[in-house]
Amino acid sequence: MLRSHGGEPSRADGPVARWTVEQVLALAPDDASRKAGSRLGSAGPWSDGGFDGSGAVWGLCKGSGGKPYRTVIDTTGPAYRCSCPSRKFPCKHALGLLLLWAGGDAAIRPGEAAEWAGEWLRGRRVRAAEKGPPASDAAPGPADPEAVRKRAERRAERITGGAEELEQRLADVLRGGLASADRAGYGLWEETAARMVDAQAPGLASRVRELGAIPASGPGWPVRLLEECALLHLLDTAWLGLDRLPDRLAATVRTRVGLPAAAEGLPVRDHWLVLAQYDIPDGKIVARRIWLYGRESGRTALLLSFGAPGRSPGQALPVGVTLEAELTPYPGSGQPRAELGRQFGAPTPSGTPPPGAGTAAALAAYGDALRHDPWLEACPVTLRDVIPVPSGDGWQLADARAESAVPVAPAALSRPGLWKLVALSGGGPVTVFGEIGHRGFDPLAAWTTGAGNDPGGGSRSGGGEEPVPLI
Amino acid sequence: MSAPTDTTASASAAAAAPTAWEDLVTSALLGTDRRPPVLPGGGPAREDSAATAPAALLDAAALHTVRRRAGLLPARPGARPAPAAADARPPLPAAARRRLAQLLADRAAPSGGGRRGTTPDLTELIPQWLATANLRGFRAPAALLPPLLDAARARTDLRPQALTFAGPLGLWLAGLNPEWKFALRGSSGGSPRPDTTDPQAVRLLWEEGLFAERVALLDAVRAQDPGAALALLATTWSTERAEDRLMFLDSLRTGLSGADEPFLEQALSDRSRNVRSTAAELLSALPDSALAGRMAARATSCVNPDRTGGGASIAVEAPHECDSGMQRDGVAPLPPAGRGERSWWLGQLVEAAPLTVWRQQFGGRTAHEIVALPVADDWAGELHAAWCRAAVRQRDAEWARALLGAPSTPPSNGPGTASLAERSKLLVTLPGAERAGWVADFIAAHGLSEAFQLLGVCAVPWAGPLGRSVVDALDIARDAGSYPWSFSGVMGLAERCLDPVEADRLEVLTATQDEPEGASPGAGGYWSEAFQRLVSTLRLRAAMDAELA
Repeated sequence: MLRSHGGEPSRADGPVARWTVEQVLALAPDDASRKAGSRLGSAGPWSDGGFDGSGAVWGLCKGSGGKPYRTVIDTTGPAYRCSCPSRKFPCKHALGLLLLWAGGDAAIRPGEAAEWAGEWLRGRRVRAAEKGPPASDAAPGPADPEAVRKRAERRAERITGGAEELEQRLADVLRGGLASADRAGYGLWEETAARMVDAQAPGLASRVRELGAIPASGPGWPVRLLEECALLHLLDTAWLGLDRLPDRLAATVRTRVGLPAAAEGLPVRDHWLVLAQYDIPDGKIVARRIWLYGRESGRTALLLSFGAPGRSPGQALPVGVTLEAELTPYPGSGQPRAELGRQFGAPTPSGTPPPGAGTAAALAAYGDALRHDPWLEACPVTLRDVIPVPSGDGWQLADARAESAVPVAPAALSRPGLWKLVALSGGGPVTVFGEIGHRGFDPLAAWTTGAGNDPGGGSRSGGGEEPVPLI
Repeated sequence: MSAPTDTTASASAAAAAPTAWEDLVTSALLGTDRRPPVLPGGGPAREDSAATAPAALLDAAALHTVRRRAGLLPARPGARPAPAAADARPPLPAAARRRLAQLLADRAAPSGGGRRGTTPDLTELIPQWLATANLRGFRAPAALLPPLLDAARARTDLRPQALTFAGPLGLWLAGLNPEWKFALRGSSGGSPRPDTTDPQAVRLLWEEGLFAERVALLDAVRAQDPGAALALLATTWSTERAEDRLMFLDSLRTGLSGADEPFLEQALSDRSRNVRSTAAELLSALPDSALAGRMAARATSCVNPDRTGGGASIAVEAPHECDSGMQRDGVAPLPPAGRGERSWWLGQLVEAAPLTVWRQQFGGRTAHEIVALPVADDWAGELHAAWCRAAVRQRDAEWARALLGAPSTPPSNGPGTASLAERSKLLVTLPGAERAGWVADFIAAHGLSEAFQLLGVCAVPWAGPLGRSVVDALDIARDAGSYPWSFSGVMGLAERCLDPVEADRLEVLTATQDEPEGASPGAGGYWSEAFQRLVSTLRLRAAMDAELA
């Protein structure tokens, strides 16, 4: 495996730049933790708190019991450790401590880490330094290539069986008509989805499950149902003809069908700006999406992590910081997903937006991405100098200088972030990062470009350079 | 998927494509058995291809779908909203902006419920934060306007301060979201303050403006030139509606003087009873007015030194009728249920008579001495209550002092009134320091259970002696073994009103103490918690204030 660097991870010289309160609050796994953390971050129960130049923050928090909780954070990770029993991640104590740190509270003074904190920090950093690219330690299993190959073959056979069965079901539905499929209802699709789970094709299963919801989705549902059936059919036939596809498209199809892939591309070292972090429930688990933008490479990358029922996903990065790190891409053409590898130094709070494009260019980029992945719902893009404009029941983002607009995606219309975006604009142009697709544009972070209204970012670096999270 | 589909067309699929697509949808909806699809590039699928018709349809549909998505074009933009007016106020310092974000986030998050714990209740500090920010003239950060407007929607008491802080951008935003339409109503921050320097504009607005605009205009003119406001009001007075006349008349409270008397005298014969009584009330607050003189004559004919007892007591002879002259001067003839009409009339006469007449009536005695005089035939309560109302109306500090009596006297034995509401009104007529001192002494003598209303009229932050007296009383309550939530009202006030410099002194109270004999179980721990919260709230308020400097 190639490495784009060598030697020890370098630590930033001088004091580590602090995060903002928004950056800290954006890490909270839910509203309740945000509130609890906020209260712990405003005064009172902390003692022996401190931070050092390496990005470590620690403190003791008095709880209801006799022994205070020990909380320590490595902001370069970021990684958290707390002796409290919470299953939230980060817990309210970590959030509170970070808020005190972010606010420059006198309770958190520069100094040497306490023994209990230093021990964990040292251990963690040694592990991080030893850790190679993540793909290499992701395969600790039995190293019998023959057995692995056989297992993969058996699974592929089962998926093929599933895809054939699904083709049959789709043909039956089309022969009888979507109207009667609507009458057959949700159960039909649920049962088919269960069959796809049996066939070990979770990607097919979740697409089938989504079909069940379309007939109840309002006017125009037959068109949407036909489109989704057709794309599912396209995926089936792509799988069944996998050996005739170019490698990269074949990798995309494998991923879409639901075969696990490991990040295996060449690691890309860059200064990555954290653009957005948000969670979407996916059945019983929660999927967390973190969008990153590479300053030098110009690449936009997606970190995906998952939380088991009742737990929040393990990865959390503060929106608006820039971290120097290696990302290892996943296989597949046009695939933005990557895995976070080694990091170099502490993140810095600087968030100037990616260059961005107009609405027409953004839509064209989505169209282009479909060539590599026809199943793509939306792709990440930064819209530059757009103005939110009310339009019928919804909103548009209109180019400030051209007669051109994209609608805001329906999912974003009910979120409070939309109003934040409108307020930031005040009728003037803003720069917005989000996902654009056939449903419209889903705004995730914004920067004000005008000098008129305060960005609300209230940035210490001045001039509204920090992204304002919209989700 | 209503979005780009409606307004965009597939770039490459030419004019024929939509019909071909509609055809596919129809076949898919009805079923290929019933309606074989017309596939691109040929007529209906052949009979023998029935088995493959669905697959062919799906192939064509997939091609169309991907092609349509790949060829999406931008929509035409709708009408752009006019940009928000500029706001010249300076932006918040970074720390203050972070604090506001925290306060608003706390409000929005679900509450923990139950026990309050040791940490401050941030939501309770929003009004104070907003007041300080407005005082120092900062502009609201745009990104925080939506949660700020949400907070103001939920709590009407926040609205005036929140809307001032939100400024023109807040109003602009509220105009786009029906949930915030409250911000557009009323005059508070709604319309910009009228320009009173242009007589032409003033006249035009007065004649054609909306009611709220006219009230705001009259208030603004009155504040600058009371006479001009009166003249403006006189131009249209006779044509105004009764409710409006009442509101406009109320504007005259500002800068009330003898110059207003002729107008008010005239309003005493107004068609509307409410207008008449308001005019009478205003006139009675002018001690030299003719009405005040008439009321003085009526009152002194009812309340006299008791000659039979050597003049050292008060005899009361309540009026026997409410004649038309009294009614014209604003005396309401009909008493509320349960009150005798004669005492009802007496109360109104004494309330409206200038307090200065009593010194002469009682041989040069001071207010203190007059209030101390015994009153014959159980009239004392009625008479003293009327004097209290008169002292409040005429803002007479000397009489208020006399009627409040010594703070150490138990309320039930006090000279004026036992009602805490009345007492707090009397307190308002005293200078701030004296007011705080009186309440401090009251608490020292009687504890906290009666103090809540009185504390409410004291200036924030509480003056030193008052703060210490409240803290001492809380300390005593703890030593007595009661639970802190018996004092949660005062505790909450103390969190918001105590001077933050008291925090250090309070620190010692946060330690858990041994529970005294007979104390309520666990009370010590709860008190320690309550004091911890008090101390952390005070520290937080000090920090908030410093951040807004």
